[in-house]
Amino acid sequence: MSTTDKEIENLKTGTSRRVNISLKKIYFPSVVILATIVLSTMIHGAGFEFALDFPIDTSKEIEGFLDDSVDWIVINFGDFFDAISDALKVVLGKLRDLLVWIPWPVMMALVFIIGWKVASLKIAAMSVIGLAILATVNLWEPTMVTVAIMIVSVFLSIVVGVPVGILAARSDAVDTGIRPVLDTMQTMPSFVYLVPGIMLFGLGNVAAIFATVLYALPPCIRLTNLGIRQVDASVVEAGRSFGSSYMQLLFKIQIPMAIPTIMAGINQTVMMALAMSTIAAMVGAGGLGIEVLRAMGQLKEGEAIIAGCAIVILAIIIDRISQGYIENRTS
Amino acid sequence: MSAMAPENAGKSRSEIQSEFNQVVALRDVSFDVKKGETFVVMGLSGSGKSTLVRCLIRLIETTSGSIFVEEEDVTSLSERELRDFRRTKISMVFQNFGLLPHRNVMDNACYGLEVKGISRLERYEKAQKMLDLVGLNGWEDSRVSQLSGGMQQRVGLARALAVEPEILLMDEPFSGLDPLIRRQMRSELAELQKEIKKTMVFITHDLDEAVTVGDRIAIMRDGEIIQMGTPEEIILNPVDDFVTEFTEDVSKERVLNVSAVSVDPDLIWTHSQDLTKLKDDLNTAGAQHVAFVNESGNSLGVLMRNDIEQIASSEELDHMLRESSPAILNSSNVRPAILKLANSETPVPVVDSQKKLLGVITQSSILKSLAE
Ligand SMILES: Nc1ncnc2c1ncn2[C@@H]1O[C@H](COP(=O)(O)OP(=O)(O)O)[C@@H](O)[C@H]1O
Ligand SMILES: [Mg+2]
Repeated sequence: MSTTDKEIENLKTGTSRRVNISLKKIYFPSVVILATIVLSTMIHGAGFEFALDFPIDTSKEIEGFLDDSVDWIVINFGDFFDAISDALKVVLGKLRDLLVWIPWPVMMALVFIIGWKVASLKIAAMSVIGLAILATVNLWEPTMVTVAIMIVSVFLSIVVGVPVGILAARSDAVDTGIRPVLDTMQTMPSFVYLVPGIMLFGLGNVAAIFATVLYALPPCIRLTNLGIRQVDASVVEAGRSFGSSYMQLLFKIQIPMAIPTIMAGINQTVMMALAMSTIAAMVGAGGLGIEVLRAMGQLKEGEAIIAGCAIVILAIIIDRISQGYIENRTS
Repeated sequence: MSAMAPENAGKSRSEIQSEFNQVVALRDVSFDVKKGETFVVMGLSGSGKSTLVRCLIRLIETTSGSIFVEEEDVTSLSERELRDFRRTKISMVFQNFGLLPHRNVMDNACYGLEVKGISRLERYEKAQKMLDLVGLNGWEDSRVSQLSGGMQQRVGLARALAVEPEILLMDEPFSGLDPLIRRQMRSELAELQKEIKKTMVFITHDLDEAVTVGDRIAIMRDGEIIQMGTPEEIILNPVDDFVTEFTEDVSKERVLNVSAVSVDPDLIWTHSQDLTKLKDDLNTAGAQHVAFVNESGNSLGVLMRNDIEQIASSEELDHMLRESSPAILNSSNVRPAILKLANSETPVPVVDSQKKLLGVITQSSILKSLAE
């Protein structure tokens, strides 16, 4: 064979092989799709009942069990939840009164100073402009109420989330154990939390806080866990080499080094809590959420949009200030 | 069946790895380190050096064997005893520094003292001394991330020294640094060690470094020590090709001392006044130079044959001997000796500490031993 013949031969086999490969790739999926269509058509054609309606239905039993469980908890631990509810109501009420009581110029100055010291002058100025917009659309008071609910919810989320995150970081068993719980908490439609919230705490702000905490908790736990696990192993090793105890390692090395990640988790918690404020309003939480709901109920779309934007502005202010804090700490 | 079983003792590292899927990090490693000595462990990357040094402080637990510090077996310490051992007796410097990025230089240097529960005032005072010692005076308030690699490792060293340990472990402390800084840090450490006299286990993959800081060197390969000895022993008598290859890159004059390169003089002359006999003997022996000694064997100087032939009186001979190159001590390093030889027209006499003549170094004797 001459060289050109060989080249042509090579070219031919090369091409045919390429065609073979692509045929093989689509062969199996096409058979599966075809079989699915053919089988389904046949079953419907034959009117085969058994394969059309699933033969067993347990939904009633499980629903009943869940209803009974919630009832049981309410009956047996009612006093406990009432106590929590009362305490939270007092704290939240005082906080809301305080925030509303602070006159708007003082509040703006306060936010400006915080934004400046924690983040930057630019962010401080933008935050004040944001607050000014909220004030000019007559949403100052609902904003302060929402902020009060945020502070309490986020505080509770941190109090629960950071320690759980630390536990999960220190123990693989805890980590594996809580992972499905966190997945559930994050994917469960947030409305679902409202009902047990009402059952346990009654209508009002506390049920809203309960639902908000459940919804906003996972990122705090996850990022605390991640932050501590990500701490440079060689630094931990150096810490051990100097005879650090378990607690010294945790508080002198691991937690301080995880702070930026933990802060990112808290930032996400705040954002998710804000996202809940409209839903929480359905069980009686005040603030910007109820403004949105009320306007929607009365089909006043302009008002609803303005109140919605107010939530966005509030979210941006909190986000930029906390991001600035994280950046300043890490650099 | 376990990889630790006695019947596997003869198997090679790769055999055990393929059979049990376990890495033999160390085996048959046995050595003593004397108080105040710098013991260097050297080997290529992956030879088990880091594992070895971590076993000494139990950052890695040994599967078998014991480690004694004075009378105490480190491997049998309880959790609490181990903590005390680490807090008081031993500290470590790491290749990638292991500093706390959220703390400033001072608070990093203090870490060991802080863990021990020493009050703030006292630990600042102690750490300040160490920071001064490693040349970081004035940097106390800087963030460690703002420092250069060399400076960061100084912080690591100050932190290790601040707890006043008896034993200092160093796992390739200078490997992460630029070559220039590395050399500087290395000689600074050698200077510092003269002052602090810690018992030191120093890990490196660089024989040059090993020779500069080490009193004794152990060379490792595949988790085993294949040669152990003084730098001179290792460079002059490498046990196998592997060690030879290692030692080839090291300039020999750094480890050789004068006695290793000295040779017998062509002629030794004690009857100092008899010039005619001297000239006769020179001719019969065919000697190029003569080493003069007194009755008790002390060196008086070395003269060349050509010069002696022109001497007429014994006064002239005395004068020339006084002018000749001074003797050099047999234990001194060969480097300054080379310099002396270069400035001398005659071979240089080698003496012991009692001034007794032991031999001479000539240009050819030095060149020969360096070429070997
Ligand atoms: N955690 C580990 N798991 C498995 N093998 C390891 C581990 N750490 C080190 N090794 C292996 O042990 C051997 C020795 O490693 P090391 O002590 O780090 O060597 P060196 O410090 O001399 O470079 C290497 O073959 C390495 O791959
Ligand atoms: Mg190593």
